[in-house]
Amino acid sequence: MALLANWTDQKVEDIVAVLLRSGVLLSAAVVFCGAVIYLARHGHTPADYHIFRGEPTDLRSISGIIRDAVGLQGRGIIQLGLLLLIATPVARVAFAVFGFAAERDRMYVIFTLIVLTVLLYSLVGSS
Amino acid sequence: MSIFEFTILVWLGSFVAGLLGALTGLGGGVVLVPLLTLFFKVDIRYAVGASLVSVIATSSGAAAAYVKEGFSNIRIGMFLEIATTLGALLGAFLAAIVPTSAIATIFGLVLLYSAYLSRKPRPKSEWHQPPDPLATRLRMNGSFPTPEGIRHYNVSRVPAGFSLMFGAGTLSGLLGIGSGAVKVLAMDQAMRIPFKVSTTTSNFMIGVTAAASAGVYLNRGYIDPGLAMPVMLGVLTGSLLGTHILIKAETKWLRLVFSLVIVVLGIQMIYKGLLGGI
Repeated sequence: MALLANWTDQKVEDIVAVLLRSGVLLSAAVVFCGAVIYLARHGHTPADYHIFRGEPTDLRSISGIIRDAVGLQGRGIIQLGLLLLIATPVARVAFAVFGFAAERDRMYVIFTLIVLTVLLYSLVGSS
Repeated sequence: MSIFEFTILVWLGSFVAGLLGALTGLGGGVVLVPLLTLFFKVDIRYAVGASLVSVIATSSGAAAAYVKEGFSNIRIGMFLEIATTLGALLGAFLAAIVPTSAIATIFGLVLLYSAYLSRKPRPKSEWHQPPDPLATRLRMNGSFPTPEGIRHYNVSRVPAGFSLMFGAGTLSGLLGIGSGAVKVLAMDQAMRIPFKVSTTTSNFMIGVTAAASAGVYLNRGYIDPGLAMPVMLGVLTGSLLGTHILIKAETKWLRLVFSLVIVVLGIQMIYKGLLGGI
């Protein structure tokens, strides 16, 4: 923690602002790339969202999404972008753990870890 | 309709929703689900999934601007996020068992309530609370810069605020909205936090709350990339443009028109929900 000891609140908040903004911009860029591939390949197929089927299993898990994205499938790349977007607030909370630890605020380190646990459970544990 | 036409139209609709939401300060997320279900005939579970994703995008984008201003209170936000994220998990699990017609009806009621809140004058409350033992122990009391210098404030009734936040989280997870109105209500009316602090802190919390239910939606297969893509890109570009062209004179009219739109959509959601059309 010695490395974090001289972090000021202002510095932490500056980094958080950069983190949030780059997370959103990066995910939007990835979604856009996926959209180009998806529309080029499937643009002329009829659209149907009226009947609920649920997504195929490979678009539901982190490993499946990465596999599809690496295979340059449009829907897989879009889903990867959306995954990055969902991960942005999670990264922000993870970062706050370090911020509170640097301030030696043990109570808020625990509170933040609870929030982080709920978020990680939702992302990887709820399937 | 081909996927290409569908994508362009949904992008346009989401762009307008994001633009109006940012210009009026009412948030675009609240009209997205009615737009998708009523006009594009999208199943409400897909619509809620896409809306959640766009809520994360706009809230994170706006929060980046807010953290620098020094109004948001990260301790209040983080403590209350325990309540909102747990509520969001509950809401996301409820979404799987509650019938879609009931979700539509609840959504309609929330729309009517949001329209009512938006017509009420902004609370000009200047709370001067004595220090509360629990809030002091939780180190929630803070200060923010004003033109007259630093203003200190004390936080009250933490348990009441915490419970309301749990409800806000549940609504957010069930309906795919930010529930910013309920969050501000909890912080302003229950916890007596100054308005500027509660609005900015609420914005900071919305993205984290939405992420807590978005994970469950993703694992359940409720987030469709083909639908979420135009919604997220549309709302994001619309709200970015909206925050950059804030025209003060026109917002009064825009707010009136937008809240009328919300009322009409709310009545339609309730009507279709009760008739089982959704």
